[in-house]
Amino acid sequence: MAGTRSLNRFYLVLLVLAVGGGGLLYWQVRRGVPSIPANVTVTAADTAGFQGYFLGKADAPVVISEYADYQCPGCQTFDMVQFPDIVRQLIETGQVRWRYRDFPLSMHPFSRLAAHAAACANDQDRYWPLHAMIYQGQGNWAVESEPSGTFRGYAQKVGLDLTAYDACMMSAKYAGRIQASYDEGVRVGVNGTPTFLIGDRLYGGLSNSDALKHLVDSLTAATAPTP
Amino acid sequence: MKYRMGTALLGLTGMLISVYLWMFKHGYIGSLACGTGGCATVQLSPYSKFLGVDVAVLGFLAYAALLGLAMLGLQPAWQERREPTRAALLISGGGVLFAAYLTWLELFVIHAICRWCVASAVIIVVVFALALLDHRRLAPRAPLT
Repeated sequence: MAGTRSLNRFYLVLLVLAVGGGGLLYWQVRRGVPSIPANVTVTAADTAGFQGYFLGKADAPVVISEYADYQCPGCQTFDMVQFPDIVRQLIETGQVRWRYRDFPLSMHPFSRLAAHAAACANDQDRYWPLHAMIYQGQGNWAVESEPSGTFRGYAQKVGLDLTAYDACMMSAKYAGRIQASYDEGVRVGVNGTPTFLIGDRLYGGLSNSDALKHLVDSLTAATAPTP
Repeated sequence: MKYRMGTALLGLTGMLISVYLWMFKHGYIGSLACGTGGCATVQLSPYSKFLGVDVAVLGFLAYAALLGLAMLGLQPAWQERREPTRAALLISGGGVLFAAYLTWLELFVIHAICRWCVASAVIIVVVFALALLDHRRLAPRAPLT
């Protein structure tokens, strides 16, 4: 028979483990998940020196602003199907400078979280790799109950320092910047995604990269100095 | 009794790990403490369910059963009885096979390793070893001549 003393000691250890483990789990739940609020008050600091996420040469003759939502299927299709051709045909050739602006639609519960994850990647100069990965994985994370763990997995895959990434996500420090981006879209007349601002005109969709190339060529020709 | 005590402690630890992984999968916590980062990949893969049930839930039930059996086996009336040990052998033996299958999935199908899953696999192997030792302890001995 086991001694009463040894059994009592065992029960004490079991109790400590149960309380300690339960406490850790409770702390994890209390710590919660990153939450990116909508309709926050935008401060000057949110937009100071930040005009969007750029790709391409600063002196490119045409700037195209894309207003998009990470959870919008049309934006995903554009980013995965058309955008690579646009990068190759127009951005890498120096004809276009691309400007990405977040336009998170209220119908998509994880758009702001995705946009914030990408903003945190931008802190570590890895914006575009994470941007592409979030769109590629949209079919997976959009159906999760809470996708912040998936975004964190993407963050690791693109080589982010996860300690800094976690701190950035928990702080929600770019919520104002995302809201400012949305507000800008509303001001210029965006009412769906993806929408493209080219010159002073809005385009609700781009059929393919060739159509965009023709448009860019015509704009470039129109603005080129005559001999 | 030390084998049953060990089984109880490991069973409780396994239950806590199962709850932790389940909470992550269902969005109650944002990220897992996972050095390799493979935990999210594994937990969010289609293989985190078995026959439509979360693997974490199956793990929780198995560990809860092992804890219960160990606690029963520690009661004075049950300390020399073999039934709790036999049941623990059965459950932990099945658990070892299931853990081997899950580890194979991680290595060769998902291509990601979840440290918490590895910890759980180690726990179930140790529990199985403890059950074997306890079974040997309770085996009838030939009378001394």
